Amino acid sequence: MKTKATKIRETTGSTIFNMINTVIMLLVIVGILYPIYYMFIVSISDATAVMTGKVSVLPVGFHLEVYKQFLTDDYFLGTYKNTAIITILGTAININMSILCAYPLSRQDFYGGKIITAMVTFTMFFSGGMIPAYLLVNQLKLLNTYWAVVLPGAINVFNMIIMRTSFQSLPGELSESAYIDGANDLQVLLKIVLPLSKPIIATMVLFYAVAHWNGYVHAMLYFTDKNMYPIQLYVRSLVLSGLTEMTSLSMDLSTGSDAFGVAQRSIQYGAIIVATLPILFIYPFISKYFEKGVMIGSLKG
Amino acid sequence: MYTGAQSIKRKSHMKRELYRCRYLYLLVALPVIYFIIFKYTPMYGLIIAFENFKIRKGYFGSDWVGLKHFAKYLTDPGFWVLVKNTLLLSFWQILVVFPVPILFALFVNELPGKHFRNLVQNVSYLPHFISVVVVVSMLTMFCSKDGLINDIIAAFGGERTSFMLQSGSFRPLYVISELWQNMGWSAIIYISALSGVDVQLYEAAKMDGAGRLKQMRHITFPSILPTITTMFILQMGRIMNISFDKVLLMQNPATYEVSDIISTYVYRRGLEGSQYSYAAAIDLFSSVINLFMLCSTNAISKSMGQNGLW
Repeated sequence: MKTKATKIRETTGSTIFNMINTVIMLLVIVGILYPIYYMFIVSISDATAVMTGKVSVLPVGFHLEVYKQFLTDDYFLGTYKNTAIITILGTAININMSILCAYPLSRQDFYGGKIITAMVTFTMFFSGGMIPAYLLVNQLKLLNTYWAVVLPGAINVFNMIIMRTSFQSLPGELSESAYIDGANDLQVLLKIVLPLSKPIIATMVLFYAVAHWNGYVHAMLYFTDKNMYPIQLYVRSLVLSGLTEMTSLSMDLSTGSDAFGVAQRSIQYGAIIVATLPILFIYPFISKYFEKGVMIGSLKG
Repeated sequence: MYTGAQSIKRKSHMKRELYRCRYLYLLVALPVIYFIIFKYTPMYGLIIAFENFKIRKGYFGSDWVGLKHFAKYLTDPGFWVLVKNTLLLSFWQILVVFPVPILFALFVNELPGKHFRNLVQNVSYLPHFISVVVVVSMLTMFCSKDGLINDIIAAFGGERTSFMLQSGSFRPLYVISELWQNMGWSAIIYISALSGVDVQLYEAAKMDGAGRLKQMRHITFPSILPTITTMFILQMGRIMNISFDKVLLMQNPATYEVSDIISTYVYRRGLEGSQYSYAAAIDLFSSVINLFMLCSTNAISKSMGQNGLW
């Protein structure tokens, strides 16, 4: 009798807990998604409605004028192209360099591997900092080239360690039988380890590509030529510095809207959306890779 | 002391090992060169902190001034403001931004229904992939006088204010946007640690009459404590080096008194003002403190019977 009573009490307590927890999580979801949604509806709403603050839940009116203006703005398209080049070139270098570093270090029998691991991990905790890095890029004559943005960060040690841990967790039998058949380390890497490591490589492509797409610091430090600027610096100058002279979009500041009657705010939100669009677009397809396993054990060793 | 025979034996052993791993050395050669050029050369480049570095004179030709720049920095009245701003921001980071993802992970773990759980997780990771420029742009626009936040305040009859231009709102805005962007992603490592907890422990606790909150407190939390410790040690190793990229975008001259931190000051003095040696000295000073904090937190953690990084 007594045990039954406790059980019922515990279940009701548990149900209340579940309800509160679910409500909190729903609020979290709304809190995360609403700002992004809000920017989108402002970017497609009528200028007057935007400026009188009438847009909050649903778009008022509908037009794609903002996006049309971006598509005809040569400077904007140039920054988009720069970002695309940096992302593709940078990610290709990142992935190859990370594999070259992670595979040998994943091997327990690598003679001297411990010294190299120590040398590599030390750079996570101590670095020369911004000034010597800038002087180095300057001395290598890399300023105002794409290399300045992609080479200094060719290997992210944290990502490389995740990759190494993943290589270590592969079953050893396949490699062993390949060695018995006379394969060397290069053949084992190419024919056995890499084909088995597609999930981790896909994850790394994602991490590195997103970092390049979103990066602005290297470009800010190493590019003085505005035609080299990536999309993030364009957004920065349009929204944060309030500069519109860099673009062909002419803005009438007294009315807060441009020649086409588009609110300045709609254009700024539009720029933010356009800069984020590729990520929002591919996100649903890649989020499945974040399943458990990717990060497990990544911090050990 | 090795005898001659042993030494020869050792040498041939080494030769054999080097030959056996020859392909691995071939693979690792390029990464090693990369680390030497792009990571260790700048460390060596820190000698400019002890010189009056001029680009045309080079690392060896510039005049040696010893600790002059450090002395100048430490006696500058602005020094304490920078250190205070940096440490306060780190303090908020450790006090709020660090623990909230742990709580979030604990509560996500308790959610009923796998689908809803997955939805919550996937939505919460999304902002991590949005760029810091975009996040700060959103923040600036939402907080501007005619922005979303002020629309809401005005709807309730409040006064419109430009939050980005107010010193008092800099740190709260930093913390809120940091949580918005990274709460979910920082929780991922705790959530994956939680998936390894033995289910029998919960069964046993239920038998003993422990409610859900008690189970979280006594089973779930202790099982992710090692992960928390590791993340905490790493966090302490960044105490003087808080996110430069975000603060640089958020700050403006109106809020310098609270928003200017060491790294943004280094950027302005060093690269915008071309005072390479002075800025490098400031940076070196912070890096050494970071390293010291990392090592001491690690040592304290180990002496308390917890795990360490090494």
